[in-house]
Amino acid sequence: MTDPLLNVEELSIAFRQRRGELTVVRDVSFDVGVGEVVGLVGESGSGKSVSCRSILRLMPAHGVMRARAIEFLGRDVTKLSDRELRDHRRHNVGMVFQDPYSCLNPTQRVGEQVAEALRVNAGMSKIDARARTIELFESVGIDRGAERQRSYPHELSGGMRQRVMIAIAISAGPKLLIGDEPTTALDVTTQAQILALMSRLRDDTGMAVLLVSHDFGVVAQVCDRVVVMYGGRVMESGPVTQVCTEPQHPYTRALLESIPRLEAAGRRVRREGIPGQPPNPADVGEGCPFADRCAHASARCSSVDMSLRPVGPSHVTACPFVGEWSDPPGATESSRVGGPS
Amino acid sequence: MTGYVARRVGVSLIQLVLLSFFAFSLIHFVPGNPVATMLGPRATPSEIRQISDSLGLNQPLAKQFGLFLGHLVTGHFGTSFTFSQSISSLIAQRAVPSLALIAYGLIVALVLGVPLAVASALRAERPLDHGIRVFTTISFAMPTFWSGLILAVVFALKLHWLPVSGYGSGFFGVVQSLTLPAIALGLSLLAVIVRTLRTSIRHVLSLEYIEAANARGLSTRRILTRHVMRNAVMPTITVLAVNVGFLIGGTVVLEQVFQIPGLGTLLFQAVEQRDYPLVETIAVLAGAVVVFLNLATDLMQVVLDPRVRPGVRSE
Repeated sequence: MTDPLLNVEELSIAFRQRRGELTVVRDVSFDVGVGEVVGLVGESGSGKSVSCRSILRLMPAHGVMRARAIEFLGRDVTKLSDRELRDHRRHNVGMVFQDPYSCLNPTQRVGEQVAEALRVNAGMSKIDARARTIELFESVGIDRGAERQRSYPHELSGGMRQRVMIAIAISAGPKLLIGDEPTTALDVTTQAQILALMSRLRDDTGMAVLLVSHDFGVVAQVCDRVVVMYGGRVMESGPVTQVCTEPQHPYTRALLESIPRLEAAGRRVRREGIPGQPPNPADVGEGCPFADRCAHASARCSSVDMSLRPVGPSHVTACPFVGEWSDPPGATESSRVGGPS
Repeated sequence: MTGYVARRVGVSLIQLVLLSFFAFSLIHFVPGNPVATMLGPRATPSEIRQISDSLGLNQPLAKQFGLFLGHLVTGHFGTSFTFSQSISSLIAQRAVPSLALIAYGLIVALVLGVPLAVASALRAERPLDHGIRVFTTISFAMPTFWSGLILAVVFALKLHWLPVSGYGSGFFGVVQSLTLPAIALGLSLLAVIVRTLRTSIRHVLSLEYIEAANARGLSTRRILTRHVMRNAVMPTITVLAVNVGFLIGGTVVLEQVFQIPGLGTLLFQAVEQRDYPLVETIAVLAGAVVVFLNLATDLMQVVLDPRVRPGVRSE
C-alpha cells in the first residue's frame, strides 16, 4: 500500500435546477496513493467527469458539491480559501481534458500557452519559460519544439494538441495528473501513444495519475487500481487485475462482458451489450441504481445499503449479495468441486 | 494571405463604383431643380437655361456621371452650387467636427460599455446584470436629441460645467463643446456594445479552454484579459463598424441641437437646395467610410483570429 495522496470521502454533487436539485453523484469515496495510477470507469452519465473535477473544485455555475472531505496531502480541498485553491490548482494537480480540439485557446500560439502556465505557476521569466517550453515539448514527444511552439492549435493534429495539453498539465510538476477521457477523441494509434506517454511520465516523475475513461480496455492497460462508477455511485473498486478477472459486482461483470474481443480466426462472436439504458439521474434514488438492468436483481435491491463492503485485499463492492450469484473470490472450478458442499 | 487582402480590396473598389452610381442616380431622380431653387421664384426660363448650361446640367446624364466619376478619382470634387466654394474645402471644414464627435462618442461608449459588458457577463442573470440591462435599454431607447437636451439643461444651464452649444476653438475648446453631444451619442451606442459583448463573453466563458485555464489556477483577471477578450470582441467590432458607418451624416439632429457645424448639417442644406455635386460627394464619401470600415473589420478579424487566416496551414 502506498502513502495516501488523495482521499475523497462521501462526495455528493447536485445540479441546481428550476425546481430543487438534481443529484448526479452520491456518496462517492475513493483514494489515490502517491505515484499510483487509478482508473475511474463508467458509462457516460455515471458521474465520473464531475467527480474528478471536484478534486480541483471545478464545478459548473449551477453545480453544488458536498463532501465529508476531499483530502489532498492531508489538506481538505473543500475548505481552501480562493487563494489557496488557486495554489492547489497551480501546483498540485494537472488536468488533461477529453477534447484537445477545444481545450486550447484558438487565438494564442501553443508555446505561449505553455509559457503562460510556467510563468504564472512556476514564476519563471519570459526567457526561461520559453526554453523550458521546448524541454517540456521534448519530454511529451513533440519534436522540433522551437518551431512547433509558434504554431496555433488549429495547425496541429489532435495527438499533438493533447501532447501540448499534457505539457501544460505537467509544467508545474504536479503530484497528480487527472486525465478526463484523454484519449477518447483520438484515433487508436494515437491513443496508444498518449497512454504510453502518460505511463512513462508517471515512471519518470513519480506523479500519480487518475484516469477517467469509459473504456475498460484503456484502464486495464495502464492502471494499478480501478474504481467502477454507475448512476453516480461507486459499484466496485479494487486492484485492476482482480476486478478484471473476478468482478465482484454484476455491473462490472456485465461491463467486462460487453467489451468486444478478437476471437479465434473465422469465428464471429456476437457480444451482448447490457440490456436497457443508463438511468436518468432524476430517477435514481435510494438503493442500487443498476437494479433495473441487473440479471440477478430482486425486490430487496431497490432499498439496499450501497456502502462498500470488502471482498478481498483493498477490493470492495457495493453489492451485498455477491456470494449468491458469483463464486467466492479466489475460488476455481476444481476447488469448488473439492470443497465442502 | 496577400491574395485574400487583394481580393477584399478589389471587392471594396467595386462597391465604391456602384455606390457612386446609386448616389448620382438618386439625387438626379428626385424632383426639383437646383437652378430654380437658387434663383428663386422670379427667375425667367432663359436665365435658368443659361445657368444650367454653365453648370453642365443640360448634358446627357451618362456624361454627367462620367464627369462626376472623374472628379471622384482626381479628388477635385468641383464647386458647390449654393456655397460657391470648392467642395473639397467645404467638406474638409465640416468633416472635422463630425468625425471628432463620432470618435468622441465612440470613446465614451467603449469606456462605459466594455466594463459594463464584463460585469454583466460575470454576473449574468443576477441583479447587477438586470440593472445594467435596464439602464442600457433606456439609454438606447432615448433619442439622442432628447438625451442631448437633458444633458444640456443639467450640465450647461444648471451647473454651468460645459457650454450649452456651439463649437469651440483649440483642442480643449473642441473637447469642451463636444463633451455633451458625445455623451448623448455614446449613450445611444452603449446598448449595442453591452449586449453583443456580454453575449460573446458569456459564450467564450462557457468554452472548454476557459475551464482548462481555470483548472491551471490562472486568475480571473488574467483569464479575462488574455483568453476571453480576444476571442469575444469580434462580433462587437463588426456591429460597431456598421453603426459608426451609419453615424456619418446621421448625426444631423445632434449637430442641430448643439449647433455644431458638421457634415450632417451640410448634407441637410445641400439636399434642400438640390446642390447635386455636394450631395453626391458627401454621399459617396460617407459610403466610402462605411466600405472602408467593413474592409478594416474583415482585416481585423484576420489579425485577431488565426483560424480565418487563409492559406496558412501546416501539419
